[in-house]
Amino acid sequence: MENNSPKVVSGKIPFWRDIRVLRILFQVIFLLGVILLLVILYTNMLKGLRGLGLTLNLDFLQDEAGFDISEGIPYEPSDVYLKAFWVGILNTLKVSVIGIVCATLLGLFFGIARLSSNWLIRTIATAYVECFRNIPLLLQILFWYTAVVGQLPRVRESIALFGGVFINNRGIYLPSPEPTSGLGIWLGFLGVGLLLAVVLYVVRWRKLQQLDRPGFRAKWALPAFLIVALCGWFLTPGRPFTLDLPVLQGFNFKGGMRFSPEFSALLIALSVYTGAFIAEIVRSGIQSVVKGQREAAKAVGLNESQTLRLIVLPQSIPIIVPPLTSQYLNLTKNSSLAVAIGFPDLVSVGNTMMTQTGQSIPVFAMIMTSYLVMSLTTSAAMNWYNRWINRVGR
Amino acid sequence: MRKLLFRVSALVLAIALVVPLLAEGEKGILDKVKNRGRLICGVNKELPGFGFLGQNGEWKGFDVDYGRAIAAAVLGDPNKVEFRPLKAAERFPALQTGEIDVLIRNTTWTLTRDTDLGADFCPPTFYDGQGFMLRKELGITSLKELAGATIGVTAGSTTELNLADTTRALGIEVESIVFEETETLYQSYDQGRCDAVTSDKSQLLSRRQSLKDPDAHSILDVTISKEPLGPVTVHGDNKWNDVVSWVVYATFSAEEHGITQANVSTFKPESTENPEIKRFLGLDESGGMGEKLGLSKDWARQVIAAVGNYGEIFDRNLTPLGLPRGVNKPWTQGGLLYAMPFR
Repeated sequence: MENNSPKVVSGKIPFWRDIRVLRILFQVIFLLGVILLLVILYTNMLKGLRGLGLTLNLDFLQDEAGFDISEGIPYEPSDVYLKAFWVGILNTLKVSVIGIVCATLLGLFFGIARLSSNWLIRTIATAYVECFRNIPLLLQILFWYTAVVGQLPRVRESIALFGGVFINNRGIYLPSPEPTSGLGIWLGFLGVGLLLAVVLYVVRWRKLQQLDRPGFRAKWALPAFLIVALCGWFLTPGRPFTLDLPVLQGFNFKGGMRFSPEFSALLIALSVYTGAFIAEIVRSGIQSVVKGQREAAKAVGLNESQTLRLIVLPQSIPIIVPPLTSQYLNLTKNSSLAVAIGFPDLVSVGNTMMTQTGQSIPVFAMIMTSYLVMSLTTSAAMNWYNRWINRVGR
Repeated sequence: MRKLLFRVSALVLAIALVVPLLAEGEKGILDKVKNRGRLICGVNKELPGFGFLGQNGEWKGFDVDYGRAIAAAVLGDPNKVEFRPLKAAERFPALQTGEIDVLIRNTTWTLTRDTDLGADFCPPTFYDGQGFMLRKELGITSLKELAGATIGVTAGSTTELNLADTTRALGIEVESIVFEETETLYQSYDQGRCDAVTSDKSQLLSRRQSLKDPDAHSILDVTISKEPLGPVTVHGDNKWNDVVSWVVYATFSAEEHGITQANVSTFKPESTENPEIKRFLGLDESGGMGEKLGLSKDWARQVIAAVGNYGEIFDRNLTPLGLPRGVNKPWTQGGLLYAMPFR
């Protein structure tokens, strides 16, 4: 009997047969393999570059850029490349942030409209979604740029709207508010108003809780704040802001605020395109709330908008947020198509830098890092929002 | 598990061995082109006169003809060339990575490009200068009057830098809009998005033809820069650079000697007296100049038979645009074209 039992010489298994050791060993070898591959690729790249007489370094960032950038923060051709790149980053951020806000509003509106009981609204919303999400974005950008914004009248035949608003194919010119010395006083008023609003908000919230009834919590706070702000505006000596009106001088309008045609076309294209996708996400989120919830809401006497606001949306938002995040990331990355219509975004400025200096690889790495940082920040913020929503909601 | 382990390590080892081998296996571009049997040439596709893709898919233009000339010299057939359309900003990466063998895309020779960009320039085939095109109705005759104007320019070009330099020197401010595509630039100029466009004068002339109303636009009588345009090869392959350079010289030399596409076949070893022409066309007893370049004996004859001499290439492509020869004449006629001696 003793012979049949498995031989156990000692309690120890040799390490090459120990599953715990092997597991770690396997991972170490795999990691080493990956590192080796990266090192080979990197040295190969360096070798290739050396053959061309190129070196990898970032010293060129401190050289004078020499080229002009049409819009963004104040910048001169005599500034360094690093500054030019920064202008590009800020332009990308500008169009992305405004684009995300506009796309969300469009998406929310059309997403809800697609479920409307009104045939006309529902059909229009469906047409919007199907039309804009099925045409390549680049074509849409070129369409808005050449066929819409480009067709606006020339500078001298500008469309003049009330209050110093001018529209022509050089852009949309708006009066811009210039702060005066009275701004500080008005900000004081705003502070007081805000304080009052917070107090009223809390009071109203408590009251609604006591009554155990749904209602608009900011019903008192909002008007109170507006009244204080308005009173402050008129009580401030000389008003907190004066308006800087755009005036036609020489070739172009001077003064005021301006949205360039490139920016406008890109913003419209990105918002409308992404909005169509967001509309579908919103619709799917709303439809994922079981029918019984709506019926129950109706049974306790809530009307359509109350049902949507109090029952449906709170339950669909956790479902909407993750795919929504992807759309935000897409919008930011898609803004790189700006290069087609001459909007000086990150990629456009980066391209110029690459051809000017020949440092393609460092500039490429900088562009990629910038997008990565923007995207990771966006998704971190959205993930945080998602967790917060889930904690409150459930 | 151990099998998998073995496979992974084998894979890693294979990669480690093969990758450097691939890099070592590179030969000179001349051999590469001969082995491939086809030249890959980076060109412009939106510039009538220089590089343009015609309606029936046929490439036409001054730069395109030089691509054909190189193919004729190396492969003995002007049609064994593949043209790659490149945007201004794409051209140097395409050259650096070896995607194209030669870049002939109205490219200006500058110090930075010669050094930092890893490019080697061949003799310029066209001496150009940067100018401005604007609407006649503006009534502008000098650069100073452009203060405050919006000026369109293409991305990744020397013109972008020259514009910034010039406006700084004049102390005027302009708004420059940078377009990636030449097409979009001229389209938005036509729509009135910019008051003026700045580029090489040849390009302005060429593109003016395709505006809605060509007569409404004039080219300012100012030249703000020197733009020597010519073929470019990648830095470090001297043999290949020699080939391209001497193809260019061959077209110059043929014009100097009055050798044309039509009469090149009439030059026979017996009848030709001039020893330089004999050497040039490979009619002499020895291997001729071709051997030294790594080409066939009659390479220059192939070039001229394929595209003609410089004057013929110019007349075929640029004269129809209304472009005068200007300084782009042989040195014997007071121009800048000067072929180095074939000896």
